[in-house]
Amino acid sequence: MSIVTTGYPKTGWRRVKSAGFRVFTWGSLLFVVGPALWLIIGVVVRAVPNWRWNVLTTMSQGTSGGLANAIVGTAVLMLGVLVIAGTVGVLTGIHLSEFATSRRGRASGGTMRVAVDVLSGFPSIVLGYVGYVALCVGLHWGFSLLPALIILSMMVVPYIAKSTESALRQVPTNYREGAEALGMSTGYALRKVVVKSALPGIVTGLLIALSIAGGETAPLLYTAGVTNNLPTWSILHHPIAYLTYYVWTDWNQPSAEAHIVSFDASLILVVMVLMLLVVARVIVARTQRHAEGAR
Amino acid sequence: MTINPATVDPIRRDTSSRRIGRFVRRHEENVWRVSGRTASLIPVAALLFVVVVLAVKAWPAIKVNGFGFLTSTAWLPGNTYGGVEHVHGVMIPAGARYGAWPLIAGTLQTSAIAIIIALPISIGTAFALTERLPRWIAQPVGFFVEILAGIPSVLIGLWGVLVLGPFLAHDIYPIVANNVPNVPVLRYFAGSVGYGEGLLTSGLVLGLMIVPIIASTTRDLFLQVPPLPKEGAEALGMTDAEVARRVTIPWVRSGIIGATVLGLGRALGETIAVAMVSGSVLGAIAPNVYGTMTTIAATIVSQLDSAATDGTGFAVSTLAEAGLLLAVISIVVNLLARFIVGRSSRMSAPVGRS
Repeated sequence: MSIVTTGYPKTGWRRVKSAGFRVFTWGSLLFVVGPALWLIIGVVVRAVPNWRWNVLTTMSQGTSGGLANAIVGTAVLMLGVLVIAGTVGVLTGIHLSEFATSRRGRASGGTMRVAVDVLSGFPSIVLGYVGYVALCVGLHWGFSLLPALIILSMMVVPYIAKSTESALRQVPTNYREGAEALGMSTGYALRKVVVKSALPGIVTGLLIALSIAGGETAPLLYTAGVTNNLPTWSILHHPIAYLTYYVWTDWNQPSAEAHIVSFDASLILVVMVLMLLVVARVIVARTQRHAEGAR
Repeated sequence: MTINPATVDPIRRDTSSRRIGRFVRRHEENVWRVSGRTASLIPVAALLFVVVVLAVKAWPAIKVNGFGFLTSTAWLPGNTYGGVEHVHGVMIPAGARYGAWPLIAGTLQTSAIAIIIALPISIGTAFALTERLPRWIAQPVGFFVEILAGIPSVLIGLWGVLVLGPFLAHDIYPIVANNVPNVPVLRYFAGSVGYGEGLLTSGLVLGLMIVPIIASTTRDLFLQVPPLPKEGAEALGMTDAEVARRVTIPWVRSGIIGATVLGLGRALGETIAVAMVSGSVLGAIAPNVYGTMTTIAATIVSQLDSAATDGTGFAVSTLAEAGLLLAVISIVVNLLARFIVGRSSRMSAPVGRS
């Protein structure tokens, strides 16, 4: 944007290279946006012609029927992740940003930072394997809600911690100094000034983490199991259904009904994820506008 | 006129409510401190738990499979209903032999293809978003690219196996396979093109999944490049391609490398999408770029079910060894990326607490 191209090269080869670069940038954009649109439209056109609203209200019968049990199951999983991973992640982020500094002001909390980084790089299927071997089989919990929540939370806690930390770090130093000048205690200032002004960033991180948790398959396959019933109140020994399971299993079943279940689950997932990401984006855009207006 | 002592100096009066308020204010920081410290110990504990479980589970397999695990191509679960053998004090089904070389090769091959495709496309996209498109359209398009990073991998896999794979195998691969010259490297592009499930399709799908990660980071980096050096280069008569190559990209090179390695980490560990489009063939390396294959992650997800039927537990243990291998590879890659990104981002001005 800042570059205003004034003169084109006269000589041939540089002119060709310049034109080639242009073709390359536009082509790259096309190669990203094209498949993405193709993907989303592909899901929609497969699901919409056979869409029945009672999918939302009837239970699944394996490869046919509705998806009410999976929708409620995914909602329960996301809620549980919000409670467990949200609490742990946000508090970890606060700790890393506010307290994990040594007296000289250098960043410390080395062990925790490394643990968060390493955990965020752990392949999700390996976490799922550990959940299956240690929790479902080892502790005899069976396929159930609690191991699924623990494993999903392990996946998204690093993300929430990192986004919380960076949101807190973006709070201007003036705010902290102002709070201190007004005589606020450190804890009160943290709650009323620092966390409050970082809240949009923290909420955005939570929403994106929720969209990750709702769209995961690999760690759930061997921890949550699947059931045709709605989730029960027991967090152990009762399997719980989720949307991605039906996409993963039903697409290559022989019956056309199974394919419809798979595509319906895909459509619901796409809508859910897009809504979460758009809300997150709107929060970011609004707070940015406020920040610019305040200047 | 009498003076009511209660109204004279409210500040000095030490009522019980003030005492409580002061107590809360004084100790609120400790509440944050203690809860923050406790919470941040949970990831540490979780990591230890995962590593210990993996190591304990993998130990019998490591003893039996030995170093041959890294080079052998066998994937034989043995006779799970018949006799058992004792190898190094570990009970295994008769005839069980496992080698992970095809899985390792598949993981590295698909990730390499993904990076080779995703890196230039991401840089090109970032240029288009920052320097070509007007701002009012660059923002929504940039958001759309970010959205792509959030699409569940099972949906990308579904699209890859139902739409992209058949399209490529029918319309694109034959043209390539029939026209490549018989020279090294390109030789792998000749031969049978299959049905669209295989190495190249997996690499392309993985590439599509990591482009948003690299592209959105690169876009943010490009926006941080100050305009003056670019305008100076322009004033010296450089074309915009030359400005990009000599000013903009070198300015943020380490950030781009970091984002790429981060994307590589995601590609190495991706499970579901690859399990759907790779063809999931065990114990074989793809003969050409279209051949079916599998990766470590895809093997774990597709084999854990049947591994659980092995009464001796050796198959589950072998999968733990494979998982440990994958974890080590992706952790090394991830820490490398964070090291590079951390070093490059330290150069920018700190915001808030350092």
